[in-house]
Amino acid sequence: MKEASPAKAYALHLGVIVLLFALSFVLPEYHHGLLARIMVLAVFAMGYNMLFGYVGLLSLGHAMFFSAGLYGAGLAVIHLGWSVPAAFAAGLACGAFLALVIGVLALRTSGVAFMIVTMMFAQVFYLIILYFAAWTGGDQGLVVPQSARVLVLGSTSLGLTNPTVRYMSALVLFSIVLLVTLVVVRSRYGRVLVAIRENEDRTKMLGYDTFSNKLAAVLVSGTICAASGAAYALLFGYVGSTFASVQYSILPLLWVLLGGAATTLGPLIGTLFMYHVVDVTSGYTSAYLLIVGIALILLVLFFPRGILGTIRQRWLGWLP
Amino acid sequence: MTDKKGFFDLSKTGLTRRTALKGLAAGAGLAVAPGFVRYSQAQSSAPIKIGFQCHRTGIGAAYGRWYDRTTAAAVKAINEAGGINGRPVEVIIEDDGTDPGRGAEVVGKFATQHKTDIVYGTLFSHVVIGSAPAAGEAKMPYFVVSEGHHVASTKLNRYVFQPGITDVKSQIQAMAPWIAANAGKKVTQIFPDFAFGYDHRDYLPPALKAQGAEVIAQIAIPPTESSFTKYFPQIPAETEVIYHVMVGPAVLTFVKELGEFYGSNRPQLFGFIDSLEATDINSPGLEFLDGSHFWEGSPRYAQPDDSAAQKAYRAAVGIDDNGAAIGDPKDVSTAAHMFGCWETLYVVKKAMEDAGYKGPEDRAKLVEATEALTEFAEGPEHPQGPKTFNGKIHQCFGIQNISKVEGGRLNVVHKTKIEDGLYEPEGDYTTQPL
Repeated sequence: MKEASPAKAYALHLGVIVLLFALSFVLPEYHHGLLARIMVLAVFAMGYNMLFGYVGLLSLGHAMFFSAGLYGAGLAVIHLGWSVPAAFAAGLACGAFLALVIGVLALRTSGVAFMIVTMMFAQVFYLIILYFAAWTGGDQGLVVPQSARVLVLGSTSLGLTNPTVRYMSALVLFSIVLLVTLVVVRSRYGRVLVAIRENEDRTKMLGYDTFSNKLAAVLVSGTICAASGAAYALLFGYVGSTFASVQYSILPLLWVLLGGAATTLGPLIGTLFMYHVVDVTSGYTSAYLLIVGIALILLVLFFPRGILGTIRQRWLGWLP
Repeated sequence: MTDKKGFFDLSKTGLTRRTALKGLAAGAGLAVAPGFVRYSQAQSSAPIKIGFQCHRTGIGAAYGRWYDRTTAAAVKAINEAGGINGRPVEVIIEDDGTDPGRGAEVVGKFATQHKTDIVYGTLFSHVVIGSAPAAGEAKMPYFVVSEGHHVASTKLNRYVFQPGITDVKSQIQAMAPWIAANAGKKVTQIFPDFAFGYDHRDYLPPALKAQGAEVIAQIAIPPTESSFTKYFPQIPAETEVIYHVMVGPAVLTFVKELGEFYGSNRPQLFGFIDSLEATDINSPGLEFLDGSHFWEGSPRYAQPDDSAAQKAYRAAVGIDDNGAAIGDPKDVSTAAHMFGCWETLYVVKKAMEDAGYKGPEDRAKLVEATEALTEFAEGPEHPQGPKTFNGKIHQCFGIQNISKVEGGRLNVVHKTKIEDGLYEPEGDYTTQPL
């Protein structure tokens, strides 16, 4: 893999951000709203990619980090009447704390055991949400009141239900996380993570504390996923246990695999692709998941490293 | 990126007067084409577009299939009678996968891509609650057929209505007098440990207490449970009635194990048919239910005293006397709930006609016209029975059926009154801005 010059890599990512900004003015209304949702969920995928793509740790429990942000922010608004920024911070804090605790416990394992342990923790988290239904709304979930979803900046009030405000909020979050991801993976720390993925024993022999590095990766990954969950609650007004179910742990894995693991833009590509395949095919047949399955098989056959991963492998080796 | 062929270079496109005239001629040709004429008459004869948020896949698929058939039958009947305000009704279906996240996206798709006049037809509570914010933000009237108490709780928003089926709080309250008078005074509840079960957990005890009966034990079964025998010793010996509302595939195991636990000497059993919708009551393992009683919104089996409207409705949606699809006895319907689709569509028709509804710009008028409705008489449009409607809480109230399992069918033994299910409103949607 060739190394891109920093200017080239940053130009590409800034170009993607500018493109997404420009799309806000030209997209039809439906796709405008859909892209806002996709950007928020792409952040979830980017958080997942941080751990799976760069450290090689396959988690089946990331729905709990997303939900920690979702409930942390949503419940802070619903039960405590907190403002949007405070609720978002609460969501982030919940996700970070949970990631730290889960990381300390789950990183005692690796490989398949790590996958199972994270899935079990996520299941516990899901059942806790159901158990405390009086506060969480259980399986039905809760609506975050429209009146509370207002971002006050000085003397200006921005309603998060406004499509433009929502799109731009999603874009700001997406852009920050994308650039942070780029900085992290290009940093010395990012290279240590890749070294752990490639050969953990050798990395240890070189004198790196792999546990601490992996724990930090879980923390960053979980916090990014929580940011996505918190944004989802505040922008779309609903918190529910479905988002803590195993399905929402598998989805980011699929998005990342589709787009290209260990590529910074792969999560966005994968989320975009999956969303549109489901959206288009479900309009024609109730067997759309069959078509999604066939699309996935074809991708694995012809793009084994995901869309962007294969492009990087075959043509653009400098892609970060 | 440079484009060598100059595709984006408008100065090199060679647009001549002749080309411009050709373009104008083509545009004029399009304008007089039949499709364009039809479109340009949108206000007078274009279809009323109803976005049907359907559970075609996911846990609600069995309900979705029958909601789909009932909707098609109702729309056919409405169109044959002249449509709504003289305009035909067109149903556009989107699958929500019985998922609240996808549900919200589907509502957005109806509002901004299909540009439907309303959204309708959702059953599962979590999908309704997940979709309601999207409907409110899009100012899209959202008519659900869910039976959950979430609409009447006034915790959603002004654009969400449930005018075609009663809510679970009302249903439970209406059951209590019959249970206390006919089944027993000491009741043990067995329910799934999630929201559907919680409605029963919370609303039954006060309703029974008002009738001089009591709930002596409440046994919550975790949703992941697949075997139930270990819970049965928790049932107090003095129990006279077991009130069960287990749902999902586990219900067959639940009934079988309950039968093995009690044998022939069992307390009275009372359940909600939700457990067995789309399931043949004569399935192996359900023999233990013989002689027990169930709540039904609308009876699955044809009854001797069925009204002409009920008979016509059953024929229109294609169910036989056993409540299964005509020609396929194994395809059992969700009769206790799906009538709500039929009745909701007729409520929409009535409200649109009252509002003089012409298009999406009249959605606020449609909301107000729906809120102004007060009662629906029993008849072809409301074959399940008469109903009242409370515009403040966007919820209808109606009669309920109590049926006994006997001879391999469900026979209605009691019909409640509308008043049995009334309760004090918990809020007022009409105070919210439109």
